[in-house]
Amino acid sequence: MASGELASKTIHELLDLFEKKQASSEEVLDDVLSRIEQHNPKVHAYLESPDPDRMRQQLRDQWKASPSGRLRGIPITIKDNICSTGVEVSCASRILKGFRSPYDATVIERLRREGAVIIPRANMDEFAFGSSTENSAFGGTVNPRSKEGDARVPGGSSGGSAAAVAGDLAIAALGSDTGGSIRQPASFCGIVGLKPTYGRVSRYGLVAFASSLDQIGPLTKDARDAAILLSVIAGHDPRDSTSAPNKVPDYEAALDRLPKDVTIGLPTLPSKGLERNVEARVQEAVKVLGLSTVPIELENIGQSIATYYVIATAEASSNLARFDGVRYGARANGGSLMDMYLDTRSQGFGAEAKRRILLGTYVLSQGYYDAYYLQGMKVRTLIKRDFDEAFKQCSVIAMPTSPTVAFRPGEKMEDPLQMYLSDIYTISANLAGIPAISICCGSDADRLPIGLQLLAPPFREDLLLQIAHAYEQKANWPTLRASLRVPH
Amino acid sequence: MYETVVGLEVHLQLSTKTKLFCGCRTTFGAPPNSQTCPVCLGLPGVLPVLNRQAFEWGIRVAAAFDCEIAPVMKFDRKQYFYPDLPKNYQISQFDQPLAQHGHLDIPVGGQAKRIRIRRIHLEEDAGKLLHEAHQTDTFVDLNRAGVPLLEIVSEPDLRTSEETYQYLVDLKAVLQYLDVSSCDMEKGSLRCDTNVSLRKAGAAELGARVEIKNLNSFRAVKQALEYEIRRQTLALEKQERIVQETRLWDAKKLLTTPMRSKEEAADYRYFPEPDLVPFTISREVVERAKQALPELPAQRRARFEASYQLSAYDAGVLTQDRTLADLFEGAVKTYAKPKPIANWIMGDLSAYLNAQNLAVGDVKLRPEWLGHLLQLIDAGTISGKMAKELFQEMVRRGVDPAELVKEGGLRQIVDEGALERIAEQIIAANPQSVDAYAKGKMNALMFLVGQAMKQTQGKANPQQMTEMLKRKLEKTHPTRNAVDEREVRS
Amino acid sequence: MAVVTPDIVKQVAMLARLRLEGKALTQLAAQLDEILQYVQQLQAVDTTGVEPTSHVLPLSNILRKDEPQPSLSQEAVAALAPAAHPPFIAVPKVIES
Repeated sequence: MASGELASKTIHELLDLFEKKQASSEEVLDDVLSRIEQHNPKVHAYLESPDPDRMRQQLRDQWKASPSGRLRGIPITIKDNICSTGVEVSCASRILKGFRSPYDATVIERLRREGAVIIPRANMDEFAFGSSTENSAFGGTVNPRSKEGDARVPGGSSGGSAAAVAGDLAIAALGSDTGGSIRQPASFCGIVGLKPTYGRVSRYGLVAFASSLDQIGPLTKDARDAAILLSVIAGHDPRDSTSAPNKVPDYEAALDRLPKDVTIGLPTLPSKGLERNVEARVQEAVKVLGLSTVPIELENIGQSIATYYVIATAEASSNLARFDGVRYGARANGGSLMDMYLDTRSQGFGAEAKRRILLGTYVLSQGYYDAYYLQGMKVRTLIKRDFDEAFKQCSVIAMPTSPTVAFRPGEKMEDPLQMYLSDIYTISANLAGIPAISICCGSDADRLPIGLQLLAPPFREDLLLQIAHAYEQKANWPTLRASLRVPH
Repeated sequence: MYETVVGLEVHLQLSTKTKLFCGCRTTFGAPPNSQTCPVCLGLPGVLPVLNRQAFEWGIRVAAAFDCEIAPVMKFDRKQYFYPDLPKNYQISQFDQPLAQHGHLDIPVGGQAKRIRIRRIHLEEDAGKLLHEAHQTDTFVDLNRAGVPLLEIVSEPDLRTSEETYQYLVDLKAVLQYLDVSSCDMEKGSLRCDTNVSLRKAGAAELGARVEIKNLNSFRAVKQALEYEIRRQTLALEKQERIVQETRLWDAKKLLTTPMRSKEEAADYRYFPEPDLVPFTISREVVERAKQALPELPAQRRARFEASYQLSAYDAGVLTQDRTLADLFEGAVKTYAKPKPIANWIMGDLSAYLNAQNLAVGDVKLRPEWLGHLLQLIDAGTISGKMAKELFQEMVRRGVDPAELVKEGGLRQIVDEGALERIAEQIIAANPQSVDAYAKGKMNALMFLVGQAMKQTQGKANPQQMTEMLKRKLEKTHPTRNAVDEREVRS
Repeated sequence: MAVVTPDIVKQVAMLARLRLEGKALTQLAAQLDEILQYVQQLQAVDTTGVEPTSHVLPLSNILRKDEPQPSLSQEAVAALAPAAHPPFIAVPKVIES
């Protein structure tokens, strides 16, 4: 096969090739590795290029250890905030430079058990704070859909994962989503990104940003791959007290069984900053699906960003307190204990991390708790209720993933608030704990991808995947996907 | 002129096998940092899961103090930076703790005084810092980080240092009976801080509160309070203002000193722990916990007074420690008279334990052995004096006194007193032989000696026994031979 | 009307163990103020009688058996630490009374 061809395949295509003995897992790994070697210097999807020898050894070990693994021999790219052993886990932050995790996240254990090969260190916004991957302490990532000379961001915070998948520097990837960090990069890069129901996938081993909002999810080239990956990583984990006991359905088997009576709810949305192209493509996509639609109201969606930035930063400020140079990671030496704390953290955290820590500390501090955090938790209840009510009238809700296509680096860095406001469509799903998926539904004049977002009631990932799959069939996804590929 | 107002905060380490939120062992004294894992180290990405045993024992303790147990309890994060706190927050309970509004009744001046318990909650312990091991560095050992603690906070209902001491003694007794902790201040499984303020007698408002830390024994608590009361009284009399602060007890110099402030009035920024779900405690669970409570010290004390006719004092001493009370009741089963048993326990046993600096649980002493000991005394096999020696052996070596008597070293009874008693018994029980001896039949003496040997299971020293019998017989039944001997001698 | 001033931000920074001074402080304070002004809109929402959501899933009583699990080795713990006197982790001396 031509160079890069194997790397451009999906999981299910590869499994098929393996079975038919038309390709070997070594060939696939080598193709992916060579694409990384070739393109990562420019794309910077990975913070560190994987060591080929170690990867090949891992493949040999995995191939032998899991003869019936559902991901046998498949390389899966991992966002750098998911702990896996034997490798540095930095969350794209200086403060974790040198930290080597002594344990595997539950999702990593599950991938390994199914025979997958872990390719770690996909770039991200530092500690998942951001929507462009520009907040990485080690440099941003280039959106593979960018035209030559007009670099665009891949979105964030799972920008590295999304770019790797979109640019065929990965077969499929895991990211994390707290306010849109899987879906928005998926939208910007033209791939599938799924945020599961809160509690669907174990958070054990995911470096926490906002504990009540975080979820790990797949970034893939199509819906079938997302279904396969989700099946592997989902399910109850006794090490995560917030992990749901619900049984995991066979998402792949259910793909073609989209019920006929599915209705799509279309909400009135805050439209500030919504690009006309985006609006148009999304509306077209809904028509292409050919399902009945119904207008719905999400009364409190306008409050979602304020609510999110109170709750998420409060939790984040607390979760990041452990980064102090005492037990692991980087430490600033040469002074008193207080100096060690102050310097380690001031030197180790980037600007956005500091902003969020300060915001979170402020809203929790004496005298402000009721007005901000408590109020935020109450408005969250209202937002959740909006969805409960809406789902009485429709099966899923559709809207754009992002108001815009991928923007240029630096465009939103001047004003943090502007960056936050671009999360308007993704944030509420996290607040309500419901699953949501972004699928590519076209592009703008610059061939920059546009994402259609679907939201479903809790634990109805199956519906999301079925609709995504149906759209791909109707819109002839392989062709659309190929058309989006920028010549390598 | 001034009324003292004292409150106590007790931290109890639960003796669960594993920590509160992870599966690391809680063994005391393990090599540094050998009982830690990603969770209790606060590594990135880890999550807590509550220990069922700690939860159940927390409910048990709350039931024992008659608390209102929360129908729903939750955990909160208490945030501050310190090297012994891995996550730089402690998972504790703030506004929905395990239990509130309980009480413990303590004897004050012969009456029962109710000391209210404000709240009981679960939280994780911090690690240990060693400051003295190195010149410029502090060493951190995180074995203790994450160990389950139960915090028991009293209302400021205590009024004297004696009451406070009594409260601690009685609190510890209840906790010990519940078998949820080693309750050992030396090992740090029971820790306490106290706070004390003074106000003009009759005043409604509380005075400035001083918290005292670094109290390593009940005695220290009493001493520290007495010092603080003196200090504050003197200051108030001089019209000085009492500073609301935390002070440390210095056990060597016997005074309190202000603690250098760790943080400007700490803002702990409590908020609900998002990694832990709420915990419901149904009425059924509470009922079952109450039903399952063992007999607690106060009840046992009352029962001892009634059933064994013990004085209030004796009953109190015996029930203060459950192992002691168990020992007493076990012994009483094998020997019908409770008072002698009580005396041996409160006398010789206590003395032995104090001298050896041991607790009753540290010695291998089976209840029936006390019974055996007393039986041996009654049978005359040993005298009272011998019994005391035998007692020491018994406790030191952990051997049944009946066995000890059989063994070497105590094989023969040579004690004059014992022999005398045995002789008296034999004489009284065998009048015919006595007569025979008096009539000059030497065999009768042999017979009597034989009887004595039989009774003492061969333990009596035969020569001494013979001599003793002769002497006794001479006094009461002088023989012609003896008279002849005397006549001959003189 | 500013919600936060540089002075307040400095105090908050200390709580979070962050060193902030000079231009960095004033710049951050201005950004935080802008964000907090935006966030103020929450206070206008009528939440009378609304229960706060701290957990989206209706889970409760998730417990774990009191059974020992393997711990990390002393070596592993010391190896993670930026400074150690094995088996201890080392930090600059903590000054206590």
